Amino acid sequence: MIRLEQVSKQFGPVTAVDRVDMVVPAGAVCVLLGPSGCGKTTTMRMINRLIEPTSGRILVDGRDTATVDQVSLRRSIGYVIQQIGLFPNMTVEDNICVVPDLLGWPRAKARKRAAELLELVNLDPGIFLKRYPKELSGGQAQRVGVVRALAADPPVLLMDEPFGAIDPINREVIQDEFMKLQAELRKTVVFVSHDIDEAVKMATRIAIFRDGRLIQYDTPDRLLAHPIDAFVAEFVGSDRTLKRLRLIRVAEAMMADPPRVTAEETVETAVGRMQDHGHVAIVMVGPRGRARGVVRLDAVREARGLVGEHQEPLPGVVNVKDDLRAAVSQMFTHGVTWLACVDDEGFYRGYITQTGITRMLGATAGEG
Amino acid sequence: MRAGGLGGLARFAFVAGVFALGAWLQARGTLPSILQHRGDVIYLARQHLVLAAMSGAMAIAVGVPLGILLTRERYAAIAGIVTQIVNLGTTIPTLALIALAMSVLGIGAPPAVFALFVLTLLPILLNTVAGLNAVPPPLVDAARGMGMTPGQILRRVELPNAVFVILAGIRTALAINIGTVPLAFLIGAGGLGELIFTGIDLMEPGMLLAGAIPTALLAVAVDFLIGQIQFWFVPRGVNPLR
Repeated sequence: MIRLEQVSKQFGPVTAVDRVDMVVPAGAVCVLLGPSGCGKTTTMRMINRLIEPTSGRILVDGRDTATVDQVSLRRSIGYVIQQIGLFPNMTVEDNICVVPDLLGWPRAKARKRAAELLELVNLDPGIFLKRYPKELSGGQAQRVGVVRALAADPPVLLMDEPFGAIDPINREVIQDEFMKLQAELRKTVVFVSHDIDEAVKMATRIAIFRDGRLIQYDTPDRLLAHPIDAFVAEFVGSDRTLKRLRLIRVAEAMMADPPRVTAEETVETAVGRMQDHGHVAIVMVGPRGRARGVVRLDAVREARGLVGEHQEPLPGVVNVKDDLRAAVSQMFTHGVTWLACVDDEGFYRGYITQTGITRMLGATAGEG
Repeated sequence: MRAGGLGGLARFAFVAGVFALGAWLQARGTLPSILQHRGDVIYLARQHLVLAAMSGAMAIAVGVPLGILLTRERYAAIAGIVTQIVNLGTTIPTLALIALAMSVLGIGAPPAVFALFVLTLLPILLNTVAGLNAVPPPLVDAARGMGMTPGQILRRVELPNAVFVILAGIRTALAINIGTVPLAFLIGAGGLGELIFTGIDLMEPGMLLAGAIPTALLAVAVDFLIGQIQFWFVPRGVNPLR
């Protein structure tokens, strides 16, 4: 856990950080967000005392950082920077082992750890351990940069726009990898960014800074639903409701346990079931429950025979693990107002409608 | 590598040129007149090397640490001034420097070593400063953030990343040094300059060349030697040669 108490920083006449109070719970990813010069980087750098606070206290896991030796404090906190900062004179292995070596780990233990960490980010240790940074692509280098910070297993990680210099496609991939890693490792992360989309994606808490002051500190959803003032509203963007779509999974917004028919049932059964539920269409499933097609009420009201003879292909399905943005995108692509939701195996799990999504956004917004 | 290819070509041209020259000199009878000074050449070359080695070693011993000192944060204020003074020093003609040294330290080896030391110091110091200043600030930031002490940052990050440029400075400086040692003869410090200047005075090309050719060869050999050190000693990750 990281606690900042009335932390300020003066650079000459300029107040870079102005009486910031915040608590980052253990295992949370806290994204410090704001325009350049807002004090977010300074705030982060005060946590490992790369910058000394002018006043106020910072506690990491209950210890006042001012009472801890700077060097040992920094060795206990992982540090990742935008420029990656891999040392070009060292191999990937030696780069990863920098902090373990500084801490005096046995050499064999540190090297073994380096190999494990590389595997964690899908880089083959056999290939990459002995490479030099100049022999890595940007994405590979940043992965090494991240695992280097994890080498000595610090409970706290400071990341200064770590994915800022990577091209958009690779950035998404690395963000996803990092999230997966974080779900496993549960580090307390302080992450500086100026990209609201990145913040919404990564953060459990977002802190918005302006002119050295902490303006709003909230969960991404509440921040997007209830910006505290015009500045925050403008900063998160006029499309903030659309951004919230990213935060909600299809599984949360769908109607579960939906009515269904099989190919062998008669059309009358299907029509009856639709009327029971007040639906205009019903999904046809295979013998084991996979979504196969759809039967529409208008098309079969007068028809006879089996469902299998009248079914139409499904106009797109959405995975229950996807976010609502993907669902809405599918709806627009296919010009429909509802979608069948399936799991990874293709089993029919529920359906999601435009009205349902609207209601969902309203409901979570209302909680605030 | 293009530069390497050109280097190889130049080296080949040089060797071929030397060979052609040798053949031509032999035909003209100059070569035998050079070889007649063999004994002197060996004695004076040793003297020459001692002068170069002493002044060069002193210059390295002073230039590199001074360069490191000037790039430390707490000396940042005076670094500019010192670099300016050093730059000014490079504009003083070598002969004038030797003359000045003689007027203070008398004649013989000490003033020569001193003048050569000053001459050699400048490129070494400047390259050390330039090399250390060229280390990307994010590397130092990352090193600090990971908990390296200032000494560890210098030894593990800054010096390894600057060593190529520092060695390039030493390489240039020593080559200039060896080429300048002949002037030391003018203030009685010996060296291969003795053959060169005496050869000029006596209008005896054989003697002149007996001093000039070994001087050139020594300069090339030292340049080659430090080039090899650069190639093998600088870590592969920061070595543009491999």
